[in-house]
Amino acid sequence: MSDPVKPDKPKKRHSLSTRLWHWINAAALIVLFMSGLNISNAHRYLYWGDYGYDPADAWTSVMRFPGWATIPGHYDLAAARDWHNIAAWVFGVGLLFIWIMMLVNRHFTRDVMTSRSDWSLPVLAKSVRDHLNRDFSTRQGKYDPLQKIAYGTVFGILLPMMIFTGLAISPGFEPAAPWLIEILGGRQSARTLHFLFAWGTFAFFVVHIALVLLSGPVRQIIGMITGVESEDRNDG
Amino acid sequence: MAEVKRRTLLASLAALGAGACSKVADSDTGANLLDSAEEWHRAAHRALAGRQRLAPEYAPEDRSPDVKGNGSVTVDTPEYQRALAEGFTNWRLTVGGLVETPMALAMDELRALPQRTQITRHDCVEGWSAVAEWKGPQLGQILDAARIRPEANFIVFRCADTLYGEAYYESVDLVDAYHEQTIIAHELNGAPLPEKNGAPLRMRIERQLGYKHAKYLTAIEAVASFDDIGKGKGGFWEDEYGYQWYAGI
Repeated sequence: MSDPVKPDKPKKRHSLSTRLWHWINAAALIVLFMSGLNISNAHRYLYWGDYGYDPADAWTSVMRFPGWATIPGHYDLAAARDWHNIAAWVFGVGLLFIWIMMLVNRHFTRDVMTSRSDWSLPVLAKSVRDHLNRDFSTRQGKYDPLQKIAYGTVFGILLPMMIFTGLAISPGFEPAAPWLIEILGGRQSARTLHFLFAWGTFAFFVVHIALVLLSGPVRQIIGMITGVESEDRNDG
Repeated sequence: MAEVKRRTLLASLAALGAGACSKVADSDTGANLLDSAEEWHRAAHRALAGRQRLAPEYAPEDRSPDVKGNGSVTVDTPEYQRALAEGFTNWRLTVGGLVETPMALAMDELRALPQRTQITRHDCVEGWSAVAEWKGPQLGQILDAARIRPEANFIVFRCADTLYGEAYYESVDLVDAYHEQTIIAHELNGAPLPEKNGAPLRMRIERQLGYKHAKYLTAIEAVASFDDIGKGKGGFWEDEYGYQWYAGI
């Protein structure tokens, strides 16, 4: 199956589909998150169940997000909804695309899917130690267990749940799949979960950026653009 | 047309990468893109759910304690205040526009029609929801009685209230107008519709957001196009604040 890599040929890190999706998805997620914060400002209270309109019944209220964090940069629910819903198409179709590609080119089974040994305590402990010591030298292009678990969570849980909880809030979609709203615990629960998964995705984004910065940002970014491993591994 | 849309999409995606969202939205191509996205949403919803699939209905114990009054919560005119004091005995709902038989229906006449009672969820564009029982005649049977003409494409709802100085109105297409759950509600939870919820009559358009559910209803008008009504976008929020005419998302 795998061709032997000639020593003088640059090592391939990321396939074209991965790179295309990565950057388009990054743009879509930024628009979704920032327009979502604008939408959140319309009603800053979160509820569980089917209904909720009285702040006294809210399980929590969230801050009013400042203009620098929102799209547009001032409160405009109509425009924010336009941005949110168009970026959602890019995000949703893109996620379907990358899942199909990851399964077809076996990126998922080869690199992301964990094996039993990834979950053994000593291996996990070493992975945690390596991250804490910022030691990324032993990878040889392979994902270590923490990375696999992180990407698996993002692809398998966080991103799909953003789509499902988002669809569940839409009253025009609901007649197509009322069971979706039911299993999520009602529309206001779906709205709460949409908010929580959005922040989960944001947390991944922060850790992802931090680890890129720590592990040689120039090499990593060139790798995600050109798909080729550059020679200098110690630029970070 | 497809070519234009494709170019529009590419131009907007490029600008999106530059983070120039407000500039995109202000440009003609950006605005066109956002408008066509609204059509995709409607087409996708109709393709997935079919035209007549129902919004979920709930059991009486699932109802919320109340339904929040939002937007206009009263009508600040002497005529309305007098009608409210009289119990709306002289209120008339006119049915006109592109119909063969214009009508003016009194509250008793509306109550004498076959009624539909439904416990449904009201979803506001702001994000909150309430669950309540609504009762009233289906809009479809009134349109049939008035015999709408074949050139009619939309139903416009005229309202007694003004919001921020502008007359409130809304509109839907014939798919939603003839939907089984589209009723002219005169009762909320078994009592006459309260003032804050649009007394004496309000629309229920169950598969769309709350701003489509016109309150303080005075007239129903069948039209071929809403280009010449208000500012031409099909409703108060659409005209004044750029809200989506299709409010199913």
